[in-house]
Amino acid sequence: MSLLKVRNLGVQFQTNDGIVSAVNGVNFELERGQTLGIVGESGSGKSQTVLALMGLLAKNGQTNGEALYKGQNLLSMSAKELNGIRGDRLSMIFQDPMTSLNPYLTVERQMTEVLELHKGMTRREAKKRAIELLEAVRIPEAARRIDMYPHEFSGGMRQRVMIAMALLCEPEVLIADEPTTALDVTVQAQILQLLKDLQRDFGTAIVMITHDLGVVAGLCEKVLVMYGGRVMEQGDADSLFYRASHPYTIGLLGALPRLDHDGSELVSIPGNPPNMAQPPKGCPFAERCSHVSNRCATELPPLMPAEHDGRVLRACHKSAHELIDIREVAHA
Amino acid sequence: MWSYTFRRVLMTIPTLLLVVTVCYLMLHATPGGPFDGERKLSAAVLANLQAKYHLDLPLWQQYLYYLKSLLEGDLGASFRYADWSVNDLVAKALPVSLAIGGGSLLISVVIGVGLGILSALRQNSLVDYLVMLIGNIGSAFPSFVIGPVLIMVFAIWFKWLPAGGWDDFKFAYMVLPMALLTFINISTIGRVMRGSLIEVLNSNFIRTARAKGLGLSTIVFRHALKPALMPVVSVIGPLAISSITAAVVTESVFSLPGIGKLIVNGASNRDYTLVLGLVVLVTVVAVLLNLLVDLAYALLDPKIRY
Amino acid sequence: MFKAKQSTLADTLSANLAAAPVEGRSPWRDARERFLRNKAAVASLVILVLITLACVFGPMFLPHTYSDTDWDAMSMAPTAQSWHLFGTDELGRDLLVRCLIGGRISLMVGFLATLSSVTVGIVWGATAGFLGGKVDTVMMRLVDMMYAVPYLLIAILMVTLLGREFYLVVLTITVFSWMDMARVVRGQTLSIKSKEYIEAARAIGVSTSSIIFRHVVPNLLGIVVIYTTVTVPGVILTESVLSFLGLGVQEPMTSWGVLIQDGTGVMESTPWILLFPAGLLSVTLYCANYIGDGMRDALDPKDR
Repeated sequence: MSLLKVRNLGVQFQTNDGIVSAVNGVNFELERGQTLGIVGESGSGKSQTVLALMGLLAKNGQTNGEALYKGQNLLSMSAKELNGIRGDRLSMIFQDPMTSLNPYLTVERQMTEVLELHKGMTRREAKKRAIELLEAVRIPEAARRIDMYPHEFSGGMRQRVMIAMALLCEPEVLIADEPTTALDVTVQAQILQLLKDLQRDFGTAIVMITHDLGVVAGLCEKVLVMYGGRVMEQGDADSLFYRASHPYTIGLLGALPRLDHDGSELVSIPGNPPNMAQPPKGCPFAERCSHVSNRCATELPPLMPAEHDGRVLRACHKSAHELIDIREVAHA
Repeated sequence: MWSYTFRRVLMTIPTLLLVVTVCYLMLHATPGGPFDGERKLSAAVLANLQAKYHLDLPLWQQYLYYLKSLLEGDLGASFRYADWSVNDLVAKALPVSLAIGGGSLLISVVIGVGLGILSALRQNSLVDYLVMLIGNIGSAFPSFVIGPVLIMVFAIWFKWLPAGGWDDFKFAYMVLPMALLTFINISTIGRVMRGSLIEVLNSNFIRTARAKGLGLSTIVFRHALKPALMPVVSVIGPLAISSITAAVVTESVFSLPGIGKLIVNGASNRDYTLVLGLVVLVTVVAVLLNLLVDLAYALLDPKIRY
Repeated sequence: MFKAKQSTLADTLSANLAAAPVEGRSPWRDARERFLRNKAAVASLVILVLITLACVFGPMFLPHTYSDTDWDAMSMAPTAQSWHLFGTDELGRDLLVRCLIGGRISLMVGFLATLSSVTVGIVWGATAGFLGGKVDTVMMRLVDMMYAVPYLLIAILMVTLLGREFYLVVLTITVFSWMDMARVVRGQTLSIKSKEYIEAARAIGVSTSSIIFRHVVPNLLGIVVIYTTVTVPGVILTESVLSFLGLGVQEPMTSWGVLIQDGTGVMESTPWILLFPAGLLSVTLYCANYIGDGMRDALDPKDR
């Protein structure tokens, strides 16, 4: 049985403009110790996908489909059952370390409460364990700093605290929602290295949400590319990066600044993501796609195994061979 | 923290001095001496009185004498209640005001915060509508309209409670005035608490707390309550000031022998020195209350370290 | 001569520059549309206008004056008979006329005290914000001090000492009602000060005072309108409190506060003497609050 199996997940929000579908038909599986990258622009539904798993959607949100953790559906659980799992077996790191820690409680209180709750430890034992974890995420003088308030830490340090906090109970799945976006570039690299090391040491499976393909390339075995609430392309990282076959993935790769290229101009994908309150009838990417045909605007392409590589699923009317060829020509 | 406290205490001095000075000068700028009553006093008595109150000295010396006696805790004399000093009158009236005003402020903080929490957790529920209704009524209807309405309903129609007056801290006489003040305070506290708790509950760190698997009561009481209380604490200062206003009105509506009634009577009798003494006293109380609130705020917020 | 001309030109130029964002039709038209869509605010405005018109013109069309005693009708309940629609008080004076006349005073005090406290607040806040530095610190410290003072008591002291003439009551209320406006205007001034068109005006040598009054003040208009409407109910309330305590305008003049005070004395036997003025005052305050909210929503959409 997979550790985490998501089947046909959908997320909708009840808004003043009617029901907005933020996520449609997402499927993936995650095994022990694996890393899955979910890539997309802001508004692509990548964050809502994982917030749905954690039961953290805004009040007006609802879900359909299944998210099975060891066979139990997270989406249909009672709040009490879910609280037994999240923070313990399933934990999450958030994007903004500046606001994700409670400014009114010491780091010690915020960390020990997790162990008290899930492991039934005393406050003393919990504190000892928390200090160990802070040391594991390389916070200097952890024993002294643990009694400080979050505002006494720098941004990078706070994200380390968040990571330590998420790892307290040695979760089986760690969900990281853009954990490095709010940080300096040098700190980003440190945090990513840290996650890698911790994954090695603890054997945690990671779901990494990011808009940064560099992060995915360095960390993930499997990738899921989302756009407009739908999966555009998914598969293992190597196949996807070396032979991207979806126009959106190709666009994303082209938008990535590369040091080994002498072309100094930054490429970006023209246009804006679709309005989710009135989703397009056809492919959500059609409006910005450079390979668009008439069919794309009217008919939603299904997510199907790619012709060129069985390990990749793609949702595009255009044949993969055609796109890969074009890309190779462009590169040459 | 101590140096902040010290500086904050120092900062109250100019405020107090300003109020005392302005009031004192205003008193002196008014035409007619305090003894120009209907009864003509004999020249000898007048001279005596003037010497007693230093009225024969130049203004700045009189002022310094006045400050000195204030520092000694002497608020001066009443010119109408001949045998009473302002201190005597205050000693009788202050407990009444403190019981009514202070008591209702305490009660309304507890009830207001409680109602605020309930309505924030159950938006669009009955409690929520109740809090909004109280907030609406309390912010639009003046206390001297709500007060008489309370009397009409509970004292005149139902005859459950006395319509006013005072009988040595007897409970029945305290119910309606305290209910009025409490109602007015709750209208503010409940609204502020509701709004701030809703905001806090939508914040990122509460999402983190939920992601940890914490239960609702831990989330509310450990994680959300303190940050949500901060706006309530900062509103208590202005609230205490407006409570003083409301207390004056309340004492007038219910004929309570408190400080407020004393001031109003003093004002209608043109008992200048009594009014001045009371104004100085209440200002000191108000300024100190504000000081306490500021210190409490600094103490509660870990980000403020002086 | 030449220099004077130049500065006038500069003034006109930069005044135009500054006026552009204010008069730019669309923000104000947007605001008006937003306000008109707010049904509660519009209804409140209509009611308030009706009350005002009734107070100003009503007494002319009624067969009684506010001090006439009707010996045949003392403490009479509301009746259509001889037009005592609100009844009469214990001296047989017509309550409707008294309420309308009292409303005139209450609304007039409200209007004048709002006008003067808004003026003081704008001048104070704009000056402090614009000059900055030590002047700003001292001026705003004074505002902080005013907040810490229990204003009603000082107001009581003032009317006791100065007297209870109409304009003195207005003055007293003004003294304690300008601080909100001063704070807001100062904040706004500080942010406007750093904008380019002020730099431009500075660069071409416009004097400080004309920068304040030609450039800063017009750009404060939105926030000033909001806070003016918010000031109105507070000011009316203060006047009523003073009157209620018997420290407002003097007999034979009357105001809603005085009438409510009269009413509380006899509410057991003749409750309408209390209820009519209390109702009128409450409705007025309620409407003024709603208009204030509506204005805020209309002019400051960020805040919604």
